[in-house]
Amino acid sequence: MTLLEAILLTVITASTPLLIAAIGELVVEKSGVLNLGVEGMMIMGAACGIVAAIATGSGALGVIAAILAGMAMAALFAALTLGLAANQVAAGLALTIFGIGLSGVVGAAHVGAQRAGIGKLEIPVLADIPFLGPLLFNQDPFVYASFALTAGVAWFLTRSKAGLVLRACGESAASAHALGYPVLRIRFLAILFGGACAGLAGAYLSLVLTPFWTSGMTAGRGWIALAIVVFASWLPWRAALGAYLFGGITILQLHAQGAGFRVPPQLMSALPYLITIVVLVLIMRLRRGGTAGPAGLGLPFVPDR
Amino acid sequence: MRLVLERRSETPLALRLGSPLLAVTLTLASAFVIFAAMGQDPLNALHVYFIAPLSDSWGLQEVAVKATPLVLISVGLALCYRSNNWNIGAEGQFLVGAMAGGWLALATHGAPDGPWLLPAMLACGALGGALFALIPALLKTRFGANEILTSLMLVYVAELLLDWLVRGPWRDPQGFNMPVTVTFEPEAVVPLLLEGGRLNIGTPIALLVVALLAVLVGRTLKGFEIRLVGEAPRAARFAGFDEKKLTWTVFAISGALAGLAGILEAAGTVRMLQPGISPGYGFTAIIVAFLGRLNPVGCLVAGVFLAVTFIGAENAQIMLRLPLDVTRVFQGLLLFYVLACDTLLLYRPRLVRGAHA
Repeated sequence: MTLLEAILLTVITASTPLLIAAIGELVVEKSGVLNLGVEGMMIMGAACGIVAAIATGSGALGVIAAILAGMAMAALFAALTLGLAANQVAAGLALTIFGIGLSGVVGAAHVGAQRAGIGKLEIPVLADIPFLGPLLFNQDPFVYASFALTAGVAWFLTRSKAGLVLRACGESAASAHALGYPVLRIRFLAILFGGACAGLAGAYLSLVLTPFWTSGMTAGRGWIALAIVVFASWLPWRAALGAYLFGGITILQLHAQGAGFRVPPQLMSALPYLITIVVLVLIMRLRRGGTAGPAGLGLPFVPDR
Repeated sequence: MRLVLERRSETPLALRLGSPLLAVTLTLASAFVIFAAMGQDPLNALHVYFIAPLSDSWGLQEVAVKATPLVLISVGLALCYRSNNWNIGAEGQFLVGAMAGGWLALATHGAPDGPWLLPAMLACGALGGALFALIPALLKTRFGANEILTSLMLVYVAELLLDWLVRGPWRDPQGFNMPVTVTFEPEAVVPLLLEGGRLNIGTPIALLVVALLAVLVGRTLKGFEIRLVGEAPRAARFAGFDEKKLTWTVFAISGALAGLAGILEAAGTVRMLQPGISPGYGFTAIIVAFLGRLNPVGCLVAGVFLAVTFIGAENAQIMLRLPLDVTRVFQGLLLFYVLACDTLLLYRPRLVRGAHA
């Protein structure tokens, strides 16, 4: 394996959780809901995933537990923002604080407990292609899932009737309601989907990437996923591009630290956060201040009977 | 059966005062259940968490010490949130304030200095916090970049900057390689209110700030502008209020207050710079602001309550071996309940029989 191959492989592992979480949030935002609790749902997925995997000895059950944990957190958020029309920004922050705390309690007994990662899924024949083979066709199942999700969501939003209805809820909830669509139910499903994706992304962190539990291990990845959605102008394939851009930066700074560049390691560690800010600014400049987001993003909707 | 929300034409005063109390009651009830689920005697645990910190003079002083930064930060954040400016990076502004003020203390360390030093440090801290908060404000008004994301990203940057400073250029050479600066000289330490106690002049400063902001919000044109921009942005535009300038103002005020809280903490309680000088004050202050209904006096009361949970957490960790993270769970739950109860102010919930109309 060449150095380039090794670097590209680590870029894929760093980008996959970002992509999965960003795709989930993209669907949520397209339905007109801003869930800032991605970080909280993701870290709950990470904690519940590894605890369940250790308890049952099964990685698959760990992944399912993580998805369920993300969905449970999302349901809490939905109860507040849809059921009670609460402020979405504040509810998302509450979800993050709550998730970081609860994950610490859940994972307390398992800090540092090692377990074997989830194996690779080799696609026969294709994996033997030189260079591209091991890179594209000998990955863990999450990587395939992340691209399947991206393709599925891209198709769903632009090609299916249900996707059109979901987008209508995000552009103008009142119009969708007037047409007879159950806006709150559609938004609820979208929020649950977002929670499932965030949970899955969390499972990737604790079951594949590290693979062990430390409290606070998401380290802002949920927030970066939110930034990726903005960067992507709410387009799924551009979210994939964004996730790989950020994943690439994370890996690049790790390699730069390893190569002994005479730069403080803290500066390198700050790089992904600084670049997030720079990218947010650049993308807004390109759009000349206009937003590409759903018109009704973040506005609560209370149906009048 | 399903839940239907009906908009209220007006909110009774009793409900406005009662909703935060209801949220606190619900949090305590949840805490009871959580303690029981963790195998603790719930009544004993609640006592350790919420009553014991208030039962002696040392505990009461400690509550005031912890409430001071929470109140200072949250009254600033309340101004931001009222005007729809989502500054969630107060934690970073707190740290930058501590670094800016701490820089002056370290620069004059060992040199002759006078009584001007401490006021200058506090001014530096406030200025540092304000400038750091103006970064997301500038990015929002100039480029339209989302201030929620930029202000939060800057928290990580501030944490790493502090980490670098205390491990690198500012490290105490006699500190056995620990990531700490030298202990501040007596002139650079915030004076105590009572000899031998824990309270320092930070607490009266916080009370003064609460009083000033209560007047600003309730009695001045600026306060009206802040409220109007948040509640009726279109009307505010017609009235000729400049939304961008207001964004700058509220970010600068909240950053300055967070920075002031940071240097008061560094020069008052910790007396040096080290990573982890804040147990998450900047994030907890967000909850304080909402529990206080975005009102300066409300923030004062809410700040005291959340300060109790910080000390309760320390007690519970020592006496009951409960992880510190339990506090975050309570804090998150509290904010959930606060938001849920706030719905009662705007809407009248009714359970309706039958399917969709």
